[in-house]
Amino acid sequence: MQKRSIVPIVYIVFLMLPIYWLVTMSFKPTNEILAGFSLFPQTFTTDAYRTIFTDPTWYWGYFNSIIYVSLNTVISITVALPAAYAFSRYRFLGDKTLFFWLLTNKMAPIAVFALPFFQLYSAVGLFDTHWAVALAHCIFNIPLAVWILEGFMSGVPKELDETAYVDGYSFPRFFATIFIPTIKAGVGVAAFFCFMFSWVELLLAKTLTAVAAKPIAATMTKTASSAGYELGLLAAAGTLTLIPGAIVIYFVRNYIAKGFAMGRV
Amino acid sequence: MKTENQKAWFFVLPVLLLVAFNALIPMMTVVNYSVQETFGNNQFFWEGLTWFEQILNSERFHNALGRQFMFTALILIIEVPLGIAIALSMPRRGVWVSVCLVLMSLPMLIPWNVVGAMWNIFALPDIGLLGYTLNHVLGIPYDMTQDPFAAWVTVIAMDVWHWTSLVVLLAYAGLVSIPDAYYQAAKIDGASNWAVFRYIQLPKMKNVLTIAILLRFMDSFNIYTEPFVLTGGGPGNATTFLSIDLVKIALGQFDLGPAAAMSLIYFAITLLVSWLFYTLMNRENLNDYKEVEH
Repeated sequence: MQKRSIVPIVYIVFLMLPIYWLVTMSFKPTNEILAGFSLFPQTFTTDAYRTIFTDPTWYWGYFNSIIYVSLNTVISITVALPAAYAFSRYRFLGDKTLFFWLLTNKMAPIAVFALPFFQLYSAVGLFDTHWAVALAHCIFNIPLAVWILEGFMSGVPKELDETAYVDGYSFPRFFATIFIPTIKAGVGVAAFFCFMFSWVELLLAKTLTAVAAKPIAATMTKTASSAGYELGLLAAAGTLTLIPGAIVIYFVRNYIAKGFAMGRV
Repeated sequence: MKTENQKAWFFVLPVLLLVAFNALIPMMTVVNYSVQETFGNNQFFWEGLTWFEQILNSERFHNALGRQFMFTALILIIEVPLGIAIALSMPRRGVWVSVCLVLMSLPMLIPWNVVGAMWNIFALPDIGLLGYTLNHVLGIPYDMTQDPFAAWVTVIAMDVWHWTSLVVLLAYAGLVSIPDAYYQAAKIDGASNWAVFRYIQLPKMKNVLTIAILLRFMDSFNIYTEPFVLTGGGPGNATTFLSIDLVKIALGQFDLGPAAAMSLIYFAITLLVSWLFYTLMNRENLNDYKEVEH
C-alpha cells in the first residue's frame, strides 16, 4: 500500500510543477521574470492582481466566461436529458444513425468551422453576446452530454419506469421526481464535462465575441501588446482562471467518484 | 429490450435543432467555399473540384497529416497505459481519493491558451523551470524554439500533462465499480496480480476506456490552441499539425477555397477513423450481450 502510493504522488508533483511556475511568476515583476531564473520571487509584488481586480476589461473577462459557460451547461443538460432518455429506452427510425451523427459533431475540427460560425452568428444578430458562445459550444457539449447521460440511463432498469406508470405517475412527473434523482450522479458528471469543455475552449469563444462578451482567455492575449510582453500580468490572469475550475471540481468530486462508479460510465 | 416508439423523435428534437443549427449551416458554407474562387467584393466563381485536387496532391498537406497521425498515435500510446497504471495505484477510499481527484483534474480545467502560455514560459531555456533545469542543472542542451526534436518532446509532454488525468479519471471510475466479491473470489483462487488485472480489472474498465480512447482521439486529432501558443507550429513546420496548417491557410493567407477543401478532407478523415473506432466498440458490446445470453 505504501509503495503503491508513490505513483500518484509522483504524478501529482509532475502536474503541479508548471502550475507552481505560473503562480510564482504571477508574483514577480515582468523584468525579474525576463532577467533570469529564480525559484522564488525576489521582489514580491501583487501589482498584477491589483490591475486585474481594478480594471473592468479584466474582471469582466471572468464574468463573461462564467456567464456563457453557465448558460451553455444549463442548455446542454436540459435538452440532452429527454434525448438521452429516448436513446436509452426507445427504438425509433434512424436512432443509431442519429446517435452517431451527434457524435460526429464532437469530432468536427473547430478550427474548420470558426469562420462560418462567425458569419452565421453575425447574420442572426447574436455576434458579441453571451448567447452566441453558449449556443455555439453546444456543438460539442450536447453530443457529449447525450452520450454520458445515455450511459447512466441505460444502467437504470426499465422496471422503474413501468412501476411508476402502474402507480399512476404521469410521464413528466415520473421523469422529474423519480428518474432524474435516480441518475443525479450522472447529471453531475455530464454537467461537469460541459462546464469543463466550455470553460477551456477559446477558438470559438474568441471568434464570436469582440468587446461585450469577451472571455477572460481572450482578454489575456492583450498582455502581448505594443508595450511588450507583460508576463507577470499574463501569469496572474492565468492563475485566476484556475480558481473557478478548482471550485467546481471540489463541489462535484463526490458525484464524480460516485457517478462513475455506477452504470456504464 | 427497447420499445419501438416513433414519438421518441420529439424527445430528440431540441437536440437535433440546436446541433443542426450549429453544424449544418456552417458546413454548407464550407462546402460552398470549397468549390469556388473569390477575388473579394463578394464575387464568387465556380471552380469545381480544383481545390480538392490541389490539396490532395500537395506535399504540405501530406506532411501535416503525417505529423498529425504521429502525434495522435504517440499520445494514445503514452496516455492510455500511463492513465491505467496511475488509476490502479490510486487509493480506493478515504480522504486521499478526493485530494487526488481534485488535484489531478486541475490541468484539464485550465483554458487551452493558458496551458500553452504556461508551458511556453515553463520550457524557455534560460528563464523557465524546465528549460533551466535541463540546460543548466542536468547539462542537456534543450531549446524548443530551435530544435524540432525538443519542440516535439515539449508538445507531447504538455499533452501528457494536460490530458492523462482524463484517462485516469475514467479508468478509476471503472475500477471502483468492481464489487469486492470479485477480488475475494480471485484471492481464494490464488490469482496473480496480473491475472486479476487481465481477467477482472481490464474487462470491467473496457467501456470507460473506449470512451477515454475515443475522446482522446477526437481531441488530439483536432488539437489547435495549445501547440499554437506553445511553439506557433515551429521551429520551421516541425509541430504544424493539421488544424494549425488549416488556420494558416484560411486566415493567414485568406485562401478560403483551398482551406475549405482541406477542412472537408480533414473532417472526412476524422469521421472515417472515428467510425472505425465506433463500430469496433459496438461490435465488442454485442459480443458482451451474447456472452450474457449464453
